[in-house]
Amino acid sequence: MFDSLQDQLQEVFDDLKGKGRLTEDDIRVAMRRVRMALLEADVSFKVVKSFVAKASARCMEADVLDSLTPAQNVIKVVLDELTSLLGETDARLNLQQGKHPNIIMLVGLQGSGKTTAAAKLAYLLKGEGHNPLLVACDVYRPAAADQLQTLGGEIGVRVYRGEGKDPVKIAKDGMQYAIDNLCDVAIVDTAGRLHVDEEMMAEAESIKAAVDPDEVLMVVDAMTGQDVVNVVETFSARVDFDGVIMSKMDGDARGGGALSIREATGKPIKFISSGEKPSSLEVFHPDRMARRILGMGDVVSLIESAVKVQQQEEEAEATERLRRMDLNLNDFLDMNRQIRKMGGVGKLISALPGGDKMMSQGQVDAHALDRMEVIINSMTKQEREKPDLINGSRRARIAAGAGVTVTAVNQLLKQYSETRKQVKKMMAAYGDFDERPGRKGRPKKGGKKGKKGGSRGRRMAMPGMGGMSLADLKKIQEMME
Amino acid sequence: MGLFSRFTEGLTRTREAFREDVNLLLNRSPEVDEDFWDGLEEALIVSDMGGYSAATIVDKLRNEATRKGLRNARDVLNALNDQIAAEFVEGGDEILGGEGSIVLFVGVNGSGKTTTTGKIAKQAKDAGRTVILGCGDTFRAAAIEQLEVWAQRAGVEICARERGSDPASVCYETIERGEAIGADLVLIDTAGRLHTSADLMRELEKVVSVVRKRANLPVHLVLVIDATTGQNGLQQAREFNNALDLDGVIITKLDGTAKGGIAVAVAHYLKLPIVKLGVGEGLEDLKDFDAHEYAAGLLGDFGQE
Repeated sequence: MFDSLQDQLQEVFDDLKGKGRLTEDDIRVAMRRVRMALLEADVSFKVVKSFVAKASARCMEADVLDSLTPAQNVIKVVLDELTSLLGETDARLNLQQGKHPNIIMLVGLQGSGKTTAAAKLAYLLKGEGHNPLLVACDVYRPAAADQLQTLGGEIGVRVYRGEGKDPVKIAKDGMQYAIDNLCDVAIVDTAGRLHVDEEMMAEAESIKAAVDPDEVLMVVDAMTGQDVVNVVETFSARVDFDGVIMSKMDGDARGGGALSIREATGKPIKFISSGEKPSSLEVFHPDRMARRILGMGDVVSLIESAVKVQQQEEEAEATERLRRMDLNLNDFLDMNRQIRKMGGVGKLISALPGGDKMMSQGQVDAHALDRMEVIINSMTKQEREKPDLINGSRRARIAAGAGVTVTAVNQLLKQYSETRKQVKKMMAAYGDFDERPGRKGRPKKGGKKGKKGGSRGRRMAMPGMGGMSLADLKKIQEMME
Repeated sequence: MGLFSRFTEGLTRTREAFREDVNLLLNRSPEVDEDFWDGLEEALIVSDMGGYSAATIVDKLRNEATRKGLRNARDVLNALNDQIAAEFVEGGDEILGGEGSIVLFVGVNGSGKTTTTGKIAKQAKDAGRTVILGCGDTFRAAAIEQLEVWAQRAGVEICARERGSDPASVCYETIERGEAIGADLVLIDTAGRLHTSADLMRELEKVVSVVRKRANLPVHLVLVIDATTGQNGLQQAREFNNALDLDGVIITKLDGTAKGGIAVAVAHYLKLPIVKLGVGEGLEDLKDFDAHEYAAGLLGDFGQE
């Protein structure tokens, strides 16, 4: 009964796609599903209501209904409305040149991830050439200051802990400490507090009044439910924060709260925080968030992570081989490794529309790649380059070496030849990649785009995944735009 | 402040918010009309029960109201209270209230595992049990120090190693030490991890299997969920349950305005008992779970008014 969000929308869109011309009733049906999808994504009830009303009105307009591809237009309308509600891309930190120190204050509920976010922010600023200071103002949670100190130590950022139990005094002393130590940005980490805790909210106000921060950021857990509206409204009224860091975005929560925050307070989401690594603080992209909330797969982020792991020479060589329409087991192994670098099959699949469903139904085995690699590693160099060499006795030897059955080796070879066939088909179907239509919403990476994009398309057939490839991804993406 | 008033205070706030909503409903429509049902669905959604669950519950209730001829809004809401309370499964008493037990607290980051572990240690110690704490969170900076403070507050022994050491071996040591001092309640805090992180989930599976092998007492796994969690809470519970076969759930942070509706879904789908409720950061802010009271916390107990 609890279908994943993705499935619900997939169904809606499939229904709409089947129609040449949509009626108002169709739109109403689709919008009911969108409503449910948004609710399951934890978008606040009131926001869902007004959003659906707005999106429906937009969809009822003649140019949507009468167009040749109304279904796609409906999807586009929903996505566009969501994206625009989520705000501007360009929400930067309000840092003033020449001010010493610029002050950033972090607030939020308990367990939202403030301390971790503080360290990540410091790491980011340090990377931009600043000399940040972390100020530990959480005097309540046991060992909170120790935590900040440890994190600061790990990223090589100074931490001010202060004396006593008065966070306002610690914050003030911290500012002096920053001046004395030539730190140009001071990040004040405060205790987690409940919005209904009058005393603690008053304390947050006092800290703010005492240090007069240039930027107050609220850290909000991406998994927060309907209550997020109550929380951010109170925080907004009391400490009037400037922006939001959405934390724990590495989970699979849809993060519908982002939309609620935007609607309830008008404050922008500035960063998303995903993971334990200090480097995992990223700039917020409303379009990607919109897709995530709708469960449409974050294709752009996926492609970007693919870009990150590409190594040019390797790629050129592989492209060359593919041009000859010949794929050997070394390429196969390469692809496996690349997929792993992108976060593994699981991440790859769940970033695809409909992928979550496949994952949850166990259609995708996240460890298949590991097993393949073991088998390929048991082959000789020659066998990897010319898989056709592999006869019965070689198969038996490989199976023994990899500790698997001969059937497993056979299976791998079958998958390999499937993939090879796929690649050939792709090559035939796409001919010249450089001339395919441009993708909207994808950041252009200088002049390299055309060429690189093309070879990427050829490379990224995904072994063991039922013939899915990055080219299919592209098709899906185009379909959605 | 007395123990009892502390308990009620946390839940009252939750309840009052909901009660206001529903009171509005009651005033608006003395009869059970469309507005009433819409408003009820909204209230359920706002409690984080989820859009589908809310719709299903309302449908079911509408049928029941028709069948039984419930014309009065109050009767309908009482029926709803019973319906929700019936979703919760009984049991879980052996986890913290039995003869002897080893309990591991698991959950996503920031759900309140360490605080809960500390509070339970204090409660059990006050009840005259011999308790030992184990710091299985060797990952998060200062998690060990945090638990040490709790151990001190509760006046119980703690077993910890330096940060970065193998959590499974810390657990092993904790059980060994517990045996030596005759502990009948071993409480182990684990590092927070997102259920989507395959490596960390595997690590936890290993920790659990080590604990199970070494255990001299029954082993119980308790998932700690933040009441502010939205629909993802069910997914979390599912993944943790699949990986570890959970025995119970603790809902924390019920002292805010979050209504903790996700607990209904978790109980319904995974058939897991709720063993305790966290209602604050103080040593005593721990409450026993009662299905009707929890449902009342979500709905307001109109039969009493």
